[in-house]
Amino acid sequence: MRRGVVTRTRLILGVFLVFMLVAPLVLPEFQITLLNYIGLYSIVALGLVLLTGIGGLTSFGQAAFVGMGAYATAYLSTVYGMSPWLTLIVGLVLTFAVSLFLGFITLRLSGHYLPLGTIAWGISLYYLFGNMEFLGGHNGISSLPAINVFGLELDTGREFNYLIWSLVLLALLSMQNLLDSRSGRAIRALKGGGLMAESFGVDTARMKIIIFVHAALLASLSGWLYAHLLRFVNPTPFSINAGIEYLFMAVVGGAASVWGAVVGAGILTVLKQWLQDLLPKLLGQSGNFEMIVFGVLLVLLLQRAREGIMPLAVRFFPAPEKLLPPLAQELTRRARPAAGEMLLELKGARKSFGGLVAVNDMSFAMSGGEILGLIGPNGAGKSTVFNLVTGVMPVTGGEVHFRGERIDTLSARAIVPRGLARTFQHVHLLPAMTVLENVAIGAHLRGSKGVISAALRLDRTEEAMLLAEAARQLARVGLSASVHEQAGSLALGQQRILEIARALCADPVLLLLDEPAAGLRLQEKRALAELLCKLKSEGMSILLVEHDMDFVMKLVDRLVVMDFGEKIAEGLPKEIQTNPAVLEAYLGGVK
Amino acid sequence: MNSEIALFLIQDGLTNGAIYALLALALVLVFAVTRVIFIPQGEFVAYGALTLASLQLGKLPGTAWLLLTAGVAVAAVELVQALRIGAVRRVPAIVLHYVLVPSAIVVLAWWVAPQKPALTFQVLLALLLVVPLGPMVYRLAYQPLANASVLVLLIISVAVHFAMTGLGLVFFGAEGSRTPAFSDAHWKLGVLTISGQSLWVLGVSLSLIVALLLFFEHTIYGKALRATAVNRVGARLVGISPAMAGKLSFTLAALIGALSGVLVAPITTIYYDSGFLVGLKGFVGAIVGGLVSYPIAAAGALLVGLLEAYASFWASAYKEVIVFTMIVPVLVWRSFTTHHIEEEEE
Repeated sequence: MRRGVVTRTRLILGVFLVFMLVAPLVLPEFQITLLNYIGLYSIVALGLVLLTGIGGLTSFGQAAFVGMGAYATAYLSTVYGMSPWLTLIVGLVLTFAVSLFLGFITLRLSGHYLPLGTIAWGISLYYLFGNMEFLGGHNGISSLPAINVFGLELDTGREFNYLIWSLVLLALLSMQNLLDSRSGRAIRALKGGGLMAESFGVDTARMKIIIFVHAALLASLSGWLYAHLLRFVNPTPFSINAGIEYLFMAVVGGAASVWGAVVGAGILTVLKQWLQDLLPKLLGQSGNFEMIVFGVLLVLLLQRAREGIMPLAVRFFPAPEKLLPPLAQELTRRARPAAGEMLLELKGARKSFGGLVAVNDMSFAMSGGEILGLIGPNGAGKSTVFNLVTGVMPVTGGEVHFRGERIDTLSARAIVPRGLARTFQHVHLLPAMTVLENVAIGAHLRGSKGVISAALRLDRTEEAMLLAEAARQLARVGLSASVHEQAGSLALGQQRILEIARALCADPVLLLLDEPAAGLRLQEKRALAELLCKLKSEGMSILLVEHDMDFVMKLVDRLVVMDFGEKIAEGLPKEIQTNPAVLEAYLGGVK
Repeated sequence: MNSEIALFLIQDGLTNGAIYALLALALVLVFAVTRVIFIPQGEFVAYGALTLASLQLGKLPGTAWLLLTAGVAVAAVELVQALRIGAVRRVPAIVLHYVLVPSAIVVLAWWVAPQKPALTFQVLLALLLVVPLGPMVYRLAYQPLANASVLVLLIISVAVHFAMTGLGLVFFGAEGSRTPAFSDAHWKLGVLTISGQSLWVLGVSLSLIVALLLFFEHTIYGKALRATAVNRVGARLVGISPAMAGKLSFTLAALIGALSGVLVAPITTIYYDSGFLVGLKGFVGAIVGGLVSYPIAAAGALLVGLLEAYASFWASAYKEVIVFTMIVPVLVWRSFTTHHIEEEEE
């Protein structure tokens, strides 16, 4: 069965390759032109599948980047007679610089500034192309040289078809490689898992800029091809409307597979061709009436099938189950603290929100090999303490030290590599990714290979080590059976345990668990308690924020009790159970 | 440049800026209440202007047919929903609101238009034809996705903009229209000539802003909208329906858009696709205000108007480039003053 699936996917790819080899030889001119355009659009749409479908960001200005690539080569190759291969590089460098700048100023702001910025930028560049004398104004630039591949002039659409589709394939495959890697997991976490990714050391702002630049470079490449296919450029195809159509292609195809870009580009190109023939006849006047159909179609698509068309197609081609890497080398582990070594220390940590003091001069310490419980009634400030320790919020006063180093001045991302890993009160998983991939995000900082090595598959040794580590941690927590399931299909108890495995993947010396038992059934709570005992016996230190008294009392070595932002008691579970201040906080005073 | 030209440009800039300010206010309102970035705002400007132009020619504008079609579509959606939950009592109200009332408006326009009534009546008729499209668009395109992310809503906005621009081409053709001025009066004030039309624009804009202020401060619906903008869930818990808030804010946005179109039509020639750029200039103003502050958005829009007036004097070919690149320094400034880790939706 499994083998059968693999062959089916391969078969389709083979049929596609044969088609692309034979088609330019047999199809009539008109179909070749259509095929060329679909290829050009696919490259741009592929960038948007990454940016919008996977990364959750959007640009309406991709047409402007296409224009940049096209105008760069048009101007340089006609005026200075530069080789098109050289102008390709110039165009890409130019696009890189501009998109980096735009990304840098917009991606730090909340989500909608990027698309609005790209609309403004798309319009500006369109008018700039049309009004610059040296770029030929609205008449554009003509008589571009043909591209020369190893002495072969590509001066017909038929020959050019091979160049376009080879590049489409390269772009698709490198994107597929990228998504299936350490960086790829970080990119896939951007939409819906940003906070989680940050707390495992992913620089999400940097990742966003990377995918924005990547999409811009693909657009620029498509522009270069366009210019040398037509051997003529003018501003019209780089208008904001073209930018919007590119986005439509990416949305119609959907992000379930990189092939969505080709499907979306194909559907919209053919549909547009057909509507441009049909609608003027129906309406008795000429104009871009296909806009109406595209608009209505997209609204309906987003209302009925927000993931686009690909999920329907992908169902017939399930991804082959990835085999676990055989005996990969183990990742290096950090030095363990000796039992009893001072681990975490809060010295008068304070957090106030305006006039409200949520945490009032908290001080406590814990040492290696210990399970410390932090308990208190609702609103006592436990979660705030947790956020102070993990760097999610800055302290207002006081200090937090970890293994002798001050950490309250560090960001969440900088705290992880010091050996502190956390879980979340409300589970933060990427439901569409497999259990294994989710857990591997925990090991993000234990790898170092970036986007380029991933796209070129130079990261396989490291990737195998990361996945092997994820599998090892899953075995450690007892989730080996679910390795290849989608994380979203697990029960809540298993999802909590998955979060622990992910935290373990970061190779922590201190594990911070935020209400891990909340919402669990009795059976699940028992399994969780067993797991925590096992981890303790292996030398792990755990700080446990918890609500459930029974659960905590049996498990921890010591307890810190909070109420109204202050520490009201500290000691062994037995002492705490009879402490009058604690009883009063939990049960109300008996007077 | 002498002081006469400088003053003329200021007048020109403030007139256009007043219209951008109105649009900026509508955009901030819609975004605050529904999280929709209302790109089609500009189409309401064009529809308002061109509907008025058709009426002045004594023709029944194409927007009349759109009103009927959209009304029937909304009625169909509402009827299916009502019947599915067995609320048969709602049927008469649905038919009245979405079929009978639009039909009555269209019949009125069809009957009155050839008689070329007074300008005031034509303006009212144009507003009657265009404004109801606002809540209908909300009902059809946005309401089924009201809980989607800002990004999905933005893509919907762009799709609606596409469809409405294409429909504008069908209804009004590719030629532009310019309507006669509300007033031909001119006053000499030293070196400056003040036109009656720009006084009209400034006066109407100002009254509309005051009216909106009173609406938000003193009426229960205004307060409901403000509550929804502050906290959607909280507003819902105290009984403010998000659908009502959405439709109301879209009605206001459509009214502001159509009225802006009516005001701007005597100043510049409006084409079926002119609205997009006009609306986007309102956006630049709104972005200056971070899409939250009404006064800063209005001030930003006035600035856009002034910048545009001076840009068209000095470098008219680069007018749009200059206006839209203004967004870059604004974004730079915002990105260095905003610091927050974004908690994502979805």
